[in-house]
Amino acid sequence: MSEQSQPVPHQSDEQSTVNGLQRTNASRSKQRIGVAFEFACRMSTWFSVAVLVVLLAGLIWKSWGWLDADFLTNFDSRHPGEAGIWAGIWGSVWLMFFTMLFSVPIGIGAAIYLEEYAPPTRLTRFIQINLSNLAGVPSIVYGILGLTTFVRMFGAFGANQKVLAISLGFGNLRIPLPLDRTVLSAALTLSLLIMPVVIVAAQEALRAVPGSIRHGSFALGATKWQTIRHQVLPASLPGILTGVILAVSRAIGETAPLLMVGAFMFVTSTPGGIQNPVDLLTNPQGVLDAPFEPFTAIPIQILNWVQHHKHEFEHVAAAGIIVLLVVLLVMNASAVLLRNRYQSKVRW
Amino acid sequence: MTSANTPLRTPAQSAELLRGHVTVAALKERLIRGVLFLCALVSVITTLAIIFVLVTESIVGVGSNTAFFQDVSVWEFLTETRWTPQYAEQHFGILPLLCGTLLVAGIAALLGLPVGLASAVYLSEYASPRTRKNVKPILEILAGIPTIVYGYFALVFVTPYLIRPVFQDLLGFNVSIYNALSAGIVVGIMIIPMVSSMSEDALRSVPRGLREAGYALGSTKFDVSARVILPAAISGILASFLLAISRAIGETMAVTIAAGQSPTLTLNPFESVQTMTSFIVNVSQGDTPVGTPSYKSLYAIALTLFCMTLAMNLLSHFIMRRFREVYE
Repeated sequence: MSEQSQPVPHQSDEQSTVNGLQRTNASRSKQRIGVAFEFACRMSTWFSVAVLVVLLAGLIWKSWGWLDADFLTNFDSRHPGEAGIWAGIWGSVWLMFFTMLFSVPIGIGAAIYLEEYAPPTRLTRFIQINLSNLAGVPSIVYGILGLTTFVRMFGAFGANQKVLAISLGFGNLRIPLPLDRTVLSAALTLSLLIMPVVIVAAQEALRAVPGSIRHGSFALGATKWQTIRHQVLPASLPGILTGVILAVSRAIGETAPLLMVGAFMFVTSTPGGIQNPVDLLTNPQGVLDAPFEPFTAIPIQILNWVQHHKHEFEHVAAAGIIVLLVVLLVMNASAVLLRNRYQSKVRW
Repeated sequence: MTSANTPLRTPAQSAELLRGHVTVAALKERLIRGVLFLCALVSVITTLAIIFVLVTESIVGVGSNTAFFQDVSVWEFLTETRWTPQYAEQHFGILPLLCGTLLVAGIAALLGLPVGLASAVYLSEYASPRTRKNVKPILEILAGIPTIVYGYFALVFVTPYLIRPVFQDLLGFNVSIYNALSAGIVVGIMIIPMVSSMSEDALRSVPRGLREAGYALGSTKFDVSARVILPAAISGILASFLLAISRAIGETMAVTIAAGQSPTLTLNPFESVQTMTSFIVNVSQGDTPVGTPSYKSLYAIALTLFCMTLAMNLLSHFIMRRFREVYE
């Protein structure tokens, strides 16, 4: 299993006997070190696998009997048997929708600029280095940024909240200023958090499109933007989408920044009062209100249950974690499928 | 003019240059370029905003709002050994939090770095392509699990089923339900995939010729791996170590759940500690009034955290660039 590509030369016994007994011992102990080293490396690798197995098995064991239809459709409760994750699911759905709405266009735009337009100046280099540093900033620092700029808006609006109302015919858009602890504040914060990941992934996808495609398009008289819009972007779209899905799946599990921007631990309503997809069409006022309402999210509810003093809530938390992991699994699997499809279909 | 910098001049641009005037299409092109540039600028603005927010709340106040270090001296912040912002008698000494952070990150590094590196060596030098193909996605899954899940794992499995039986029942230590060791262990597990994949990249970028030269000289596989390939890839490995430690320092949820909330100056891994990140979470969950020193201390801690992680990330990039062995 271990040695098939490269031959492993052993010091032959003949050579050892020529040099005497000591050499044989040295060679044996050397061999023993080699075997021990390989064993240690192999065990280290399987350690990760074992951890994953134990983690999943433990979660299934703890959540056994707790994860049912009621858990998915109930609101949170003080009684472990009745607690559910419905508010968290809707909160996370709204969060992800707005996070993608902000981060995907801006992220792809930035990637196009950096890959297709940016002259090799100092500013470009700075933006690039800055990106990799931003990716390393702890998520809680983004939370503090969101708390100050979006939730409190630097305290610029004083102690009393003002509401900016805009009538849209089918409903009223009521924007609180400052934004306060709302879906929108959290989504803006998460957008900034995943932006570097989206940009870097989109850059890689754009880079994978060969230059000849661009040259061909230019040769036919297309402008730069026409080339990007009709040739480069369509060709790199699967790669970009894969990156976006992976970035968003990171945002779904983020807990710390949501806590900072004031996600609520115990919520028994959904944003805008929307509880099933049909409401999106029949309740336009609810849709307009949703971004400006208090919220919770799947990981926040899990945290609430983990920290609960009642012992039974550790089972509820395990059930919540299983829901979160299933969502992540679906997203990652779709990203992998997309990548495989793209790799087998497109040949330059 | 855009065409001065771009190496490729499209026919449309050339035509525009020749005619000497700007068409509507060219104007649109320029507008799009401008919009895309603004998108790229968002990331720079984010960085500036982070620095602005942290600095104005902790070092220089804006307007009537005084900053943290205008209320509390830097000297007290750095040398005081008590961190009691929530008590009547307030003390703002970062040492307990720093100690907690380094204790957890240290335990994580002790576990995560060697295991991550060893599995990188295994995947790069020993494993068959099939094993690699099967194991790598598992590491990716491990990397994608949200940190709150690791926190739950530490609290519900690691402490009661691993640490307590071994250290309390067998060795007689007094293990608190919230303890630094369980937090360190799960953070260590979290950084394994990162160390492993970055180090593996570094190991695999060492040219094959070096390995074959080693074998030709009669070296064993161990000699080649440990004495040729590892030293050759050391810059990439060190960079991955630094990034991993920086990640461990900034890790929040797992530590908040597993290590507890008591800011004590201790190196005892069986006691509850508070890290810088878990203090920030703690304040945000409570009802600390905006504008008080204890609220502003959150920004001072965040600034410290930001500087530490930024320094490690920059150092990691520097090592990667400066000390990389370039072959061919």
